[in-house]
Formats: sequence, C-alpha cells, structure tokens
Amino acid sequence: MSFSVTEPSRRQKWIAGSLVVGYALITLIPLLWIIATGFKSSADSIAYPPKVVFQPTVEGYVNLFTTQTRMGEDLRAEPREDLPWYEQLVREKGNTIVGASRYSERFFNSVIIGFGSTFFAILLGTMAAYAFSRFRVPLKDDLLFFILSTRMMPPIAVAVPIFLMFRNLGLSDTHAGMILLYTAINLSLSVWLINGFIDEIPVEYEEAALIDGYTRFQAFYKVVLPQATTGIASTAIFCLIFAWNEYALAVLLTSGTAQTAPPFIPTIIGVGGQDWPAVAAGATIFLVPVMVFTILLRKHLLRGITFGAVRK
Amino acid sequence: MAKVILDQVTKTFGDVVALDNVSMTIDDGSFVILLGPTGAGKTTTLRMVSGLDTPDAGEIFIGDQPMIGLTPAQRDVAMVFQQYSLYPHMTVRQNLEFPLKSPILKTPQSMIDEKVEAVSRVLQIAHKLDNKATALSGGEMQRVSIGRALVRSPSIYLMDEPLSSLDAKLRADLRIELKNIQANFGQTLLYVTHDQIEAMTMATHVGVLDHGKLVQFGSPREIYENPVSIYAASRLGQPRINILPADLFKGPVPDGAKSIGLRPEQISQGTGEESFVTRVEHLGDQTRLHLKFKEQDLITVTNAHTSLQRGETVKIRPHKPFFFDADGARIA
Ligand SMILES: Nc1ncnc2c1ncn2[C@@H]1O[C@H](COP(=O)(O)OP(=O)(O)O)[C@@H](O)[C@H]1O
Ligand SMILES: [Mg+2]
Repeated sequence: MSFSVTEPSRRQKWIAGSLVVGYALITLIPLLWIIATGFKSSADSIAYPPKVVFQPTVEGYVNLFTTQTRMGEDLRAEPREDLPWYEQLVREKGNTIVGASRYSERFFNSVIIGFGSTFFAILLGTMAAYAFSRFRVPLKDDLLFFILSTRMMPPIAVAVPIFLMFRNLGLSDTHAGMILLYTAINLSLSVWLINGFIDEIPVEYEEAALIDGYTRFQAFYKVVLPQATTGIASTAIFCLIFAWNEYALAVLLTSGTAQTAPPFIPTIIGVGGQDWPAVAAGATIFLVPVMVFTILLRKHLLRGITFGAVRK
Repeated sequence: MAKVILDQVTKTFGDVVALDNVSMTIDDGSFVILLGPTGAGKTTTLRMVSGLDTPDAGEIFIGDQPMIGLTPAQRDVAMVFQQYSLYPHMTVRQNLEFPLKSPILKTPQSMIDEKVEAVSRVLQIAHKLDNKATALSGGEMQRVSIGRALVRSPSIYLMDEPLSSLDAKLRADLRIELKNIQANFGQTLLYVTHDQIEAMTMATHVGVLDHGKLVQFGSPREIYENPVSIYAASRLGQPRINILPADLFKGPVPDGAKSIGLRPEQISQGTGEESFVTRVEHLGDQTRLHLKFKEQDLITVTNAHTSLQRGETVKIRPHKPFFFDADGARIA
C-alpha cells in the first residue's frame, strides 16, 4: 500500500474547511430543528413565521413520558406546592398525570431488538465471513451470491409471508421474533462486508499464530479479530441503523409487547391535539443511541488501517 | 530438538508438482540448508514439516513420531516466514512474547522477560521493544520475526531466507548467532537461503532441490566438490562454475561427455592454451578474471594483487574438471 500526499496550501485548506462546515450545517439544520421543537411550547411549535428564538420548556418531554387527563374545575383552583414539578407543569394546562406513557417501554424494545439483532448479525456474520475467506467452502461463490440475493428485494416485499409464518410460529409481536427477523435481513450485509475486510488480512498472521502454539480459533480472536475491528465496527453501525430505523415490518409485526419506537412515535400526535413538541422530543431521544454507538466506535473506524507488517 | 524425517513426500498444487517424492533425514542437532532457485519447493518443504500444509503422499516424522493430523502447535516447531509477518496490532515486545504465552507453553512472566531480553540483545532490537511492530524498518521486522522463533526451544527451527533483507554487517553477526544455537545449544535447523556464504559456513548438510525433486543431499563440501549434476554444481560457488563444451580443451574426454565444468580452482593459470582477459574485477580479497577462450566466456579467480590488464593473454588448462552428459548429469 502506498500513496503520496502533498500538504495542501492554506487557501485550499480554508476552502475545504468552509465547504465541510457549510455542508455539515445544511445537513444538521433538520436535526437541530427537531431538537429545538422538542423544547418549544405547543403554540411556539406551530407559530408562523417559525420561531428561532423561544422560551424553552420541557413540556414536550413531560407529555412524551406521561398520559394525562383533564382535571375537573374544582381541583384546578387549589394550588398544590407539594406536588412534583412535572405535575405542576401539567396542571398549568388544566391537566393531571394519570400514569407513565408507553414511550420508554417502546424505546427499550428498540434498544433490545436493535442491539440484539446487531449483535447476532455481527457474531454470525463474522464467523461466516471468516469461513468463506479462509476455508475451502464448496460452491463458495454461489453461496455468497445467494446470501447477497436475499437482500435484493426490499424486505417489505416478503412482509406478508413473514407475517403468516410469524403468526404460525408464535413469533408475532415478540422480541425474539423481531431480533430473528432483523438479524436475518442484516446477515447478508454483514457477511459480505466483513468477508471483504477479512480477505484483506493476510493469512500469514494466522499461520504465524498457529506456529506460535495457538489453535485456529485462538488465532482467529487474538490475531484476526483485532485487525478486523474497523470492518466489524462499520458493519455494526450499518446493521444497527437498519434495525433501529426499520418501520414497515415493525408496524406489521408488532403491537402490544414488542413494538419498537418508530411505529410508536407517530401515535403520539394523536394524544390531545397535535403535540409536535412531544413528537420532536420522542424523535430526539430516539436519535441518541445510534449517535452514541457511532461515536463510541468512531475510534475504530479511523484507527483501523494497518499498514503492512507483511512483506509482499 | 529432534530428528526430522521426510519420507517420500509429494505435494501438488493443481498442475504444479511442488514436491516430488522427497525423502530426507534431518539429524538431531544438524543444520540443514535447502538450496534451489525460486519455485524449487523450498518453502513448501518447510510448510510440510510445520504442518501448515499436509503432503498429498508420504509422511513426516518428528522425533520418530508420525505427524499425520497434527497441528503446527502440536508439532512444536518454530518458523521464520519468508514473508515476515509481525502482528501489526502488537508492540515488538508483545510479538516476541506471543509464542511464550501460548496455551501450550504458558511461560511464567519472569522467564518471558528473561528470554525476550536475551533474544532482543542478540538481534540488536532491545531499543525497539516498545515500538509498534508497524513502526519498524524492513530489517528490524525481519529480526523481530527471527526473534519470535528464537525465544522458543522447539523440536526444529524452520527458517525461510531469514537474513535476506539485512545489511552485510548484521547478516554476518546473525550468521554466527544462528550457527551458535545449533553448534553450542544442539538445536536442529532447516533453513532456506540463496546466500552461498550462509550455506557454506552454517550448514552441516545441504539439500539441493530442483523442481520439487531432492537431487542431492550431503555436506556443503561434498556438494561443492562432488556435485551430481550441472544443476547441483551451479548452486554453490562464487563465481559460478563455468560450463563449457566438453571438447573445448585439449586432452582426454570421457565417453558421452557433453560439457566440462570448471570451478575457478579447476583452472590452472600459466600453462596450457592462451585466453584473452576481457575484464579484471578487483573485489579486495580476490580478483576475478573474465576470460575469452575460443569464443567462450569464462570467469575465474586470480591473485588479489594481480597486475594483469584487460587485453592481455593468460594461459589456462583444466585441472581435475567435472564432465557432464547431455542431460547435465555428472559422469566424471
Ligand atoms: N499455495 C500454493 N498454491 C499454488 N501453487 C503453489 C502454492 N505454494 C507453492 N506453489 C507452487 O509450488 C512450487 C514451489 O513453491 P515454493 O515451495 O514456494 O518454492 P520456493 O520456496 O523454493 O521458491 C512453485 O511452482 C509454486 O508456484
Ligand atoms: Mg520460498
């Protein structure tokens, strides 16, 4: 591997820098708008012209996490200093909190299903990719093509058969069912991506480890895995993003127990008028895990390239 | 330390016969060097012994145990790869410790430190121990790769051109060290090199491979003084043996001889027929003469302080030459 780099001039750096910043701003605006809306009052959120400067409130978040009902006139009159701040916030609108909303439940369903399926897609994908890359697998190319072909039509195209199968197998509306489904969909991606990365790692490293007294499996996790982290990390991010954002199949296959956040968030709109701040708050919180996951793995994405310690 | 036997080992890759019925006994405590041009099957031989590849036919014994089905780890071999492959995600020290920390050896840390310390001193890489393996020069990587073998006391050391990218001084130092581990510590080595000096100075035995066949096996002197073919004769000797038409010189020629082989010491100077000096190369400790004799070019060695000049003539005569038949096999 070799490449040459000439140091760009100050001017070039400046132009490149402003382009990147400009692009980042444009792509960030919708995101910032969602985050801002989450902290607006209902009135501010639909004000025209749109308000950029506003009085922030956590009303949206309180609405997101609670179910409320109107209070009777009599109760409304008496101020209650002993109640917690969120109850007081709700009371200003003439409502009272009757319980927690289902958002946190849906959110944790997303976490379990998203990360669970990512974990299995990566675990199985890495092992399959290693086998494809290193062992003489009969019909290897055909098998790899078959695996890729499972991704060729959009998952929703097979929604009906999956729906029927899930109903018969008792997998409808279960965490296990959704993890299985998302793992299956992501597996083709993970096998292909990771296979590409493992192919790039010279077999000499494993052979050296075998000679140095390790078994093949030990060589795999002590020598191959550390060098495949870049590929595995980026594949994991792709898998998580898919499972995290998946909407259509989740709508179809989940309702009560295993519903994820994407089908739930739109239902917030209906609760007591169009509560945009609550929707925005739900969306904001929903964004956090993928962001955190990506930031945590970023170090591996940047660090991964290892320049050859194998003489070619 | 152990005796290693290859018994009629054959290995093919598709149409290529990489090893063709090779039998060889590597005695305990011997230093065997394999010679042969690229593609002769040297690396394949080492891989057969190591267990990284398995023979299509034939058997390998280490310490009289058949090796069929045994992994490299079970064979307890150490190998220096032609492609020195350091673990790039580890430091030099971690690379050297790696074999000692294997589940098979499980060396205590104090012993590991001692060995790593000793080996890094011998290989002159002690100051690089905490560098990343990728932050080394080619020569340093090669030394770490040798070090990863030397920290162990395996049944046999397999080394594939281990000194090839080192500078002359270091190469000379390490030749002595490697010879030392065999001569003074009784280790067994199977070693591949193209380097004539390495073969002559370190080997107790030399095996000459030609397209996967072991054509000659013996002490370096034996191969040098009594080669079985033009091919074997060409493996050793600097400058290379001169191969000329058998009847070029006056004198008796055995029946069936096609070529005469003359090493520099088989060319007497000062008597015989005249040849022309086309070039004089002063190499310091010796001087090479390029001669033209009856339209044939030959190279020999003469006195380091010779006053011979290009264009002058010198008389030459074969002295105990080799004769080879049309197939290149030695007949006298
Ligand atoms: N893994 C392999 N696949 C196909 N051919 C191979 C393989 N390994 C070695 N060969 C062939 O076997 C022959 C001997 O190779 P090798 O042992 O590497 O030679 P050397 O080390 O003497 O240069 C060569 O013709 C080489 O192309
Ligand atoms: Mg080789």
